[in-house]
Amino acid sequence: MSAGILFALILLVAFSGYFIGRGRSLSVAGGAMADLHSLPSYYGLYIALWVGVPGIFLILVWLFLEPIIIEAMVLSSIPGYETMTEPDRQLALATVRNLAGGIGIREDTSADLLAAASRYTGLNSTSAWMMFAVGMALAAGTLAVTYRHIATEMRARNRVEAIIRFLLVLCSVIAILTTVGIVLSLLFESLRFFARVPPQEFLFGFQWSPQIALRADQAGASGAFGMIPLFAGTLLIGAIAMLVAVPIGLTAAIYLADYAPARVRAIVKPVMEILAGIPTVVYGFFAILTVAPVVRDFGVMLGIDASANSALAAGVVMGVMIVPFVSSLSDDVINAVPQAMRDGSYGLGATKSETIRLVILPAAIPGIVGAVLLAVSRAIGETMIVVMAAGLAANLTVNPFDAVTTVTVQIATLLVGDQEFDSPKTLSVFALGLVLFAVTLCLNVIALRVVRKYREKYE
Amino acid sequence: MSAQTVDAEPMAAVGQAKMTARDVDVYYGEKRALHSVDCDVIENEVLSLIGPSGCGKSTFLRCLNRMNDTIDICRVEGNITLDSQDIYDKELDVVQLRARVGMVFQKPNPFPKSIYDNIAYGPRIHGVSSHKDDLDGIVQRSLEGAGLWQEVKDRLAEPGTGLSGGQQQRLCIARAIAVSPEVILMDEPCSALDPIATAHIEELIDELRQNFTIVIVTHNMQQAARVSQKTAFFHLGELVEHNLTGELFTNPKDERTQGYITGRYG
Ligand SMILES: Nc1ncnc2c1ncn2[C@@H]1O[C@H](COP(=O)(O)OP(=O)(O)O)[C@@H](O)[C@H]1O
Ligand SMILES: [Mg+2]
Repeated sequence: MSAGILFALILLVAFSGYFIGRGRSLSVAGGAMADLHSLPSYYGLYIALWVGVPGIFLILVWLFLEPIIIEAMVLSSIPGYETMTEPDRQLALATVRNLAGGIGIREDTSADLLAAASRYTGLNSTSAWMMFAVGMALAAGTLAVTYRHIATEMRARNRVEAIIRFLLVLCSVIAILTTVGIVLSLLFESLRFFARVPPQEFLFGFQWSPQIALRADQAGASGAFGMIPLFAGTLLIGAIAMLVAVPIGLTAAIYLADYAPARVRAIVKPVMEILAGIPTVVYGFFAILTVAPVVRDFGVMLGIDASANSALAAGVVMGVMIVPFVSSLSDDVINAVPQAMRDGSYGLGATKSETIRLVILPAAIPGIVGAVLLAVSRAIGETMIVVMAAGLAANLTVNPFDAVTTVTVQIATLLVGDQEFDSPKTLSVFALGLVLFAVTLCLNVIALRVVRKYREKYE
Repeated sequence: MSAQTVDAEPMAAVGQAKMTARDVDVYYGEKRALHSVDCDVIENEVLSLIGPSGCGKSTFLRCLNRMNDTIDICRVEGNITLDSQDIYDKELDVVQLRARVGMVFQKPNPFPKSIYDNIAYGPRIHGVSSHKDDLDGIVQRSLEGAGLWQEVKDRLAEPGTGLSGGQQQRLCIARAIAVSPEVILMDEPCSALDPIATAHIEELIDELRQNFTIVIVTHNMQQAARVSQKTAFFHLGELVEHNLTGELFTNPKDERTQGYITGRYG
């Protein structure tokens, strides 16, 4: 709470700093604007940034370190702390936090914990005041120092640019560090998993059955972690999706790029984009409520024993979902083929479809391949539709009427509900995620390369 | 308002009209780009179209093989014939028309295919021949006709886009003559080329005249003087003057023509 007030105050000081700096620069210039190195607003910005940025940074660092330090101090004040195990310590801390919040105080609550709780409360309020004091002192200090910096020859513009540059770099670094952090945590948790299940068993195993038997006689709970069936399921559904998405998306793109009159194009393109904006969960219940029964009836008609959940239903709906993606990317690529190619072909007496078949598509093929690869990588990572429509059975099959499961479905189902984070069953999620990440990363890199290479050709 | 076209007497005497344009108006949407143009193209002659930028030279050229059909907002009125046959007739197959009236563009635009496939493109789509030997013959003759054979005969499988600008333009000319057209339209074919490549193409145009009728748009009056027998001067969408090339340059009848060729504007 006090952090919020401090934040507002620092912003206020920074804001006034802007006007103070402006005014100061005008007064040191003594009306001779031409003597100032930079425009007055840069002197104002210089003060405002120096007050605001360190202040906000202080708040963030403080809020990050505060609980860590306070909890360590409280813990070490509890008698017998040295002999506690890690879970016990966590438990004690949780109790202290509850007690400090006035929850769970009973007759038999130990005096040690009560003392720790009051210490916890005390430390927290001290910290809050200290943050407030330090924050305001910092703001006042930077304001005073920068105010005295202001002189006609001071290069405020260059300094402001340097600060802005620093802020921009900082934000990109945060984005990069987050990515690296996620990848590293995937990696380390996967290593923990591979310590329990050998990688070759995971990568090349043909059986997936992550439930681990608690009793010896429990059925269907062997704790097998072979990911091949999951990948086969992913590929099967992805292939079906592509069989739907690529022909429809590509023909739609060709129509839009080369046949549609401007008026039709102006309507169809935005509608396609709306289709791309439908939440996947909506596609999911569409798949399970509408498409799946049709597929099952169709299978029965063919005399195939179709299950209620099927790869076909999930794949078809996923394909529909990806159509706008494929068509919009391919449309861009087809439009990037220069008009001169079309003119050249028409000038030789080729018809529209000959021109498209023999000139436009061959020229656009690399870009279209790139678009399709990007679509594949989306299909592989797609979760909601398959969770709802594909089923959970880890069948190794190519029969599209069978229920299959995918990598993403398993990740989702394994993490639903309470989980302990040290069983291979839960840890396998990280390994699956890592493999998925590796595959989509490769696909994206290849796809982007292909698309870029193609773009360069007509520059 | 339509300026009277100055027709010179000697023109009627020579050759036969391959194409005729009568009272041709062209509109881009509401905007009128050509004002009742009358013009004949004589068989086995080169006709140059000159005039300041935006005066409608390309527009007129594109009327002659109906390339304007590919522009949605473009509307053509009037009468244009090829061998006395109305080319805007509903019955007429525009694909056949373009096979008879070929086109070479301002910027060389070879397809991103091999040199061989670039030339074979036209014959293949028109089903002239699917036989490999016939096709080889057509490719060789076309490249020879465009003066490119010696330079590329050992690299027919390489992409056409890898040639130099001048070679690419000759490849486009070879591609056009591979379908044995009767008329070849060229829209500033040398404007993207260096002087040596330009000289090459100019020589080529002179040779091509033996077998084809040629209409060429050019910004370069020396070029018009060098390659063409007749010249037509366009100004603001009107055909101002149309005469023997030598006559038009030495003795212009219209003062706008005179202004343009003496460099007073344009
Ligand atoms: N595709 C088009 N859409 C609209 N206006 C056009 C188009 N092409 C040409 N024009 C207009 O028609 C006029 C004649 O153009 P053009 O025939 O290209 O001139 P030139 O080739 O003599 O420089 C110009 O005013 C031009 O702006
Ligand atoms: Mg032009």
